[in-house]
Parts: sequence; C-alpha cells; structure tokens
Amino acid sequence: MDLSYTPEEEDFRARLREWLAKVLPGLPPKPAPDDWPGRRAYDLGWQRMLYDAGYAGLHWPVDAGGRGASPTQHLIFLEETERAGAPYVGAGFVGLLHAGPTIAAEGTPGQRARWLPPILRGEEVWCQGFSEPEAGSDLASLRTRAWRDGDDYVVSGSKIWTSHAEVADWCELLVRTDPGAPKHRGITWLAMPMDAPGVTVRPLRTLAGPAEFAEVFLDEVRVPVAHRVGEENDGWRVTMVTLSFERGTAFVGEVVACRRLLGELARAARRNGHWDDPVLRRRLGRLNAEFRALWRLTQWNVSEAERGRGVPGVGGSVFKLRYSHARQELYDAAADVLGAAALDLDSPWVLDRLSSLSYTIAAGTSQIQRNIVAERILGLPKGR
Amino acid sequence: MRFQLTDDQRALRDGVRQLLARRFGPEELRAAVAAPGALDRALWRELGEAGFFALRLPEADGGVGLGLPEAVLAFEEAGRVLLPGPLVATHLAAGTVAGAATGETVVTAVDGALVEWLAEADVVRGDAAGAVPMRSLDPLTPLHRLPGREKAGRWWEGARPSGPGEGVRPSGAGEAGGGTDPVAVLLTAAEQLGTAARVCELAVQHARAREQFGRPVGAFQAVQHLCADMLVRAETARAAVYAAAVTADPVDIAAARLLADEAAVRGTRDCLQVHGGMGFTWESEVHLHLKRAWTRSHRGGGVTESEELLAADLTAGTG
Ligand SMILES: Cc1cc2nc3c(=O)[nH]c(=O)nc-3n(C[C@H](O)[C@H](O)[C@H](O)COP(=O)(O)OP(=O)(O)OC[C@H]3O[C@@H](n4cnc5c(N)ncnc54)[C@H](O)[C@@H]3O)c2cc1C
Repeated sequence: MDLSYTPEEEDFRARLREWLAKVLPGLPPKPAPDDWPGRRAYDLGWQRMLYDAGYAGLHWPVDAGGRGASPTQHLIFLEETERAGAPYVGAGFVGLLHAGPTIAAEGTPGQRARWLPPILRGEEVWCQGFSEPEAGSDLASLRTRAWRDGDDYVVSGSKIWTSHAEVADWCELLVRTDPGAPKHRGITWLAMPMDAPGVTVRPLRTLAGPAEFAEVFLDEVRVPVAHRVGEENDGWRVTMVTLSFERGTAFVGEVVACRRLLGELARAARRNGHWDDPVLRRRLGRLNAEFRALWRLTQWNVSEAERGRGVPGVGGSVFKLRYSHARQELYDAAADVLGAAALDLDSPWVLDRLSSLSYTIAAGTSQIQRNIVAERILGLPKGR
Repeated sequence: MRFQLTDDQRALRDGVRQLLARRFGPEELRAAVAAPGALDRALWRELGEAGFFALRLPEADGGVGLGLPEAVLAFEEAGRVLLPGPLVATHLAAGTVAGAATGETVVTAVDGALVEWLAEADVVRGDAAGAVPMRSLDPLTPLHRLPGREKAGRWWEGARPSGPGEGVRPSGAGEAGGGTDPVAVLLTAAEQLGTAARVCELAVQHARAREQFGRPVGAFQAVQHLCADMLVRAETARAAVYAAAVTADPVDIAAARLLADEAAVRGTRDCLQVHGGMGFTWESEVHLHLKRAWTRSHRGGGVTESEELLAADLTAGTG
C-alpha cells in the first residue's frame, strides 16, 4: 500500500498547478444558476481551455482522442482543479463522464471520430435520455419505440428528468426496438441529435427553483441507423457500460469539494460562536472523518482501476451510496451552523443543500444501489 | 500512488488467517467462552513465534521489521476471529518489555479507567493501583476498572507522526495511565474492521441459508439492504484504516477509529437482526462480536475524543 506519488505524478501536479494559477484569474464571471445558455457557454469555454492546454479527456484512451493518463493522474487533476476553485464539468458532465466513455468503449471507429473530438474540444453537449415517466428505477421497462424505415430509426415516445436537455446537442437515447422480446433484450442505444424534427423539450422546474432537467417528447424523430452504438436489441449491455461509468467515476471530484466546504463551515462556526457547542463541533468532526474516508475510498478504487483499466466495476455503487448520504448530512450540518441564513434562498449554501437532495435519487436511487450491492457484490438471491 | 495490498501483504494476511483458523477456530472460541478469564498461554507463544507481536520490531532487535500496514492486516485477522487477550498492549510492548516479542510475557496496559486481562498479565503498563474487578460485558475480555480515572488525558496530545509509514511515538502511553498510544487506537480500529467484515459475511451466509415464506430470507429486500449497508460501512472503514496505517497521521487515525467503530458496532447489530431469534441466543456467535465491538469502542479515549480531534483539525486549516 502506497499513498505517495511518483516523481512523474508530482511533476504533472506541479505543471497543472502552475497552469491553473495562470489561467483562472482571467476567467469570465460565473453565470447565474438559472442562465442555462450562459452556463453552457461558460462550461464549454472552460473545456476548450482544458483542450488547448492538453488536459481534455485526460482519462480517456489515446485512440479515443484522450491523453491516456493513468487514473492516478486523473485523480490529481480533479484534486487540483477543485482546490484551485476551477469550474466543474457542468454541462459537459454526460459527454465527458459517461456518453463519451461509452462511445470510446463500444462505438465504431467512425462513431468515435464523429462524436468524441467535439466533446473534448468543448463544442457539443450531451444529455442522457434513459428515464421515462413510467420507467425510472425499472429502466428496462422503457417504452419509447423505434422502428426501422430504410436507413433510419423512427422514434416516438417521451423521456423525463433529462438534465441539460435544453442546451444539449446530442442525447444518449434508449429505445425499444423489439417489443416482443423479454424487456432487457429489445433495447437499443442511439445517439440522437436534439435539433432533429419531432424533438420537443419542456423544462421542468425543480424544487431548487431554476430548471435543471426537462421532459423530452419524441414524435416520429428520424435517427440514422448509423447512430446506433452497439447492436440492435443489445442496448441493455451498452447501458450497463454507461451506468458503470456514471456510478464509478462521475462523483470523484466532488469529494474534494466537500472537504473544502467542511473546512469553510468550521471556520464559519468559529466566527458565529456555534463552535462552542460541543454537539455541533463533534458532528463536524465526524463529517471530517467521513469525507477523509471517502477520499481514501476514492484512492482505493482508483488504484484498483489502475490495475484493471477499462470499464469500472460495480464497486462504484458502494461509493455512490455512502457519498450521496454524506453529502446530504454535510448540508444539514451547514444549516445548523448558518442559523437563520439557512433559509436565505440567495445563499449558495442553501441552493446546494436543495440540490444535494437529488443525490440519493439520480443515477439510481439508494434503494437500487443497495439491491446492486446485495445481489451483485454479496451474491444474495435475486429479490422480487 | 498504489493504494492496494502488495503481494507480500496479501501473503501475510493469508498466512495469519490460516494460522488463526488452525489455532483459534469455532471450537476454540467455544472453549474460551466456556472458560472465561483464562488466557491460552500456548497460543500466545505460538503467536509470538509467528511474529505477531514482533511484527514491527526491527530485524536487528530480533523482530520481523515490518510496518504499521502489516500490523493492521494482522490485527484485522485477529478481530475477525475474536482472538482474546491483550493483543494490542503486548504488541506495543515488544522490544521494551522482555519476553513480549516472543509471547512469553503477557502485557496489558491501563487505558483510561479500564484494564483488560489484569489478572492474567505478567506486566502491566501504567498505574493499575486500586483496580477493582468488574463483571465484564464481553465474556472473552476480563476487565478491571480504576475508580476516579474516568477523565483520562487526550491520546493525541504530544503525538507526532515521525514521517509517512514510520509509526507514531507514544504519548507517554500507558506509562502514566493517561493518554493512549495512537498506534493502539489504530490497531484497535483494525480489529473492529475485522469484526465488521466478518459479521457481514455471517449475515450473508445466514441470509442465503435460512428460508421463510418458501425462499431464502436473503431474497427479501429488507434483508438485502441491511447486508448492503454492512458492506458499505465495512469497505469505507477499510479504506480509512489502511490509509491511516500508511500515513500514521493522528487525524487519519482518529478518522479510521470512528469509521471502524461504526462499521463494527452497527454491522454487528444488523447481523443480529438478520439472524432473527437465533441471533439473540448465547449459542450464536453474533453477540460475542457485538460485545467485543462495544468493549473495543471504549479503548483509546472513546469516540468523543476522536471527534474532537477531527473537529480541531478542521479549523487548523488542513481539513
Ligand atoms: C436531479 C436529477 C437529475 C436526473 N437526470 C437524469 C438524466 O439526465 N437522464 C435520465 O435519464 N434520468 C435522470 N434522472 C432520473 C433518475 O435516474 C431517476 O429519477 C431515478 O432512477 C429514479 O426513478 P424514478 O424517479 O422513476 O423513481 P421510482 O423508480 O418511481 O422510485 C420511487 C421510489 O421507489 C423506490 N423503488 C423503486 N424500485 C424499487 C425497488 N426495486 N426496490 C426498492 N425500492 C424501489 C425508489 O428507490 C424510490 O424511493 C435524474 C433524476 C434527478 C433527481
């Protein structure tokens, strides 16, 4: 067991730090939380800067246009960018963290060439069209239909909770191509252009206020057969690849952010006197233990991935389960430290507290993650 | 960074596991429960021969010359099988107290207001004057208490990591009966981790075998979720304990102890729940794990002090 970094890794960190110190002061001001076009432009602008500096797709394989960096380097990247207060992936989330990696793993050379470079260069935004009004946790029961018409699939149905749909160029879309087959077998994974005729996006207001996700209605939308990733009716397998990326690596950078927030919280408590309350103080101490442990778990998982490479395993469910609850506890503690300010909707803490409520739901609810841990890691009999 | 067990570390862990399976299996555990308070001296010497106590002692001093990570792996195995005896105190005394390294001498230490295995120990570190025996909650850990010593010193005060992987200097541990050596806290956390992992396995085994309503109870989601949470707590604790063994940093150690205590205590309770009425019997091994986990959680100043250390770390600006 070794937690020290190699000279190459330290060198990588030093150069990254230097670069961040140089470019961050010149960034434009952050757009308002509900300014979606503004946020898209801001997030893509940042991605372009990363691309120009050679930091785009750091963890992607070289033949997918990535830098082929080791998982450890990617971890250093996430650690340093967060420490320096650099922008987060934002609108690039789906493209960079799961659609892109899925295409890199499952796509044809032509598909990789078409879709991966614009993700890396910060030119195109992806969204995830998996969930439907009647198919959430039971994702495989999805009903959105697609049938062949010449070189196209014709798609009709609807998707829901589609984050960033208003500003996305592409959608990783799950459709049912064989209604007669058992439900896991008749599914296909398509890349759908969001500007295709027949696509209607209706933003949904979230409990945090500003729209964050949307309903997407699909009315005989034509998607070229060439946009299918994986075989027809083999989409469930491809979906498992996507979900493993989503759960395995997507939240890693946020642990660093939580550790920083916790420090800020402690300092705020010192200023406003709450620090003298031993119950609150120890609660923050316990959260310190929690996020330190989550960081160690991240390092453990990353080291494990370094041996295996490729697609992450189901271990991401362990991390996601623990992390999503810890994050909510952090914001609950924050509310106790902030006192009256915890009700001020203009405080960034409050907005973040509200959005933390989605962490135990999005990307598979905690109940579903527990099912996965019980059945696929512990090998308990399949439940009903 | 390669935060995974090395091949040597795996081999060491497997070796300790085999030794303990051979020498302290379910039968020996039963026998120990039936004869409470008696320490198996032959086993103690065997542990000594196998290097359990001298693991971190330099080779020049007749030790094995390994580090904290290896010690943590060995103590995790001891925790899994509920190995009785003042393991931590004897391990810490190797090189200082004659015969501790080889298992000839049984060493115990005063920890706050408590002393484990006082009557069986050859050497006591710390001032145990006035100790009165008490009926121990854990049938496998005889206890004495020291009236008036409830307010112990803080174990981390004066603790200095001497560099990554090198271990931590005792803070006058046990000597004055005040604080506790951070290494003792970490090794206890490793034992807790062993318990957490073991009770998760026991729960899963039982959930697969026991049938109700015509199917294994493990097919019921309520049971599955108990087991899943046990694993998540154990794996998170594992990352924290192993990392603390590598850094030997007092704050990391405090974090590891909190996570490991939680994983052991809550995990054992959940294991008991999964076992149903069987779990509430003396015959089932589950209560022994719970009682030991509770006993260990009193070592090293208790949970509150670790929380305070972690809180102090937050405003020190390094959190
Ligand atoms: C902020 C946010 C962003 C999202 N973004 C996207 C996105 O971009 N793209 C996308 O496709 N989806 C997205 N989702 C959807 C998300 O994946 C689903 O909400 C989630 O999978 C749960 O499905 P559901 O909402 O239909 O809840 P349901 O499946 O109806 O669940 C309701 C409750 O029942 C429980 N439950 C359901 N089945 C079981 C079971 N078998 N065992 C035990 N309990 C069960 C659930 O845990 C939950 O508590 C997003 C969700 C949120 C909140």
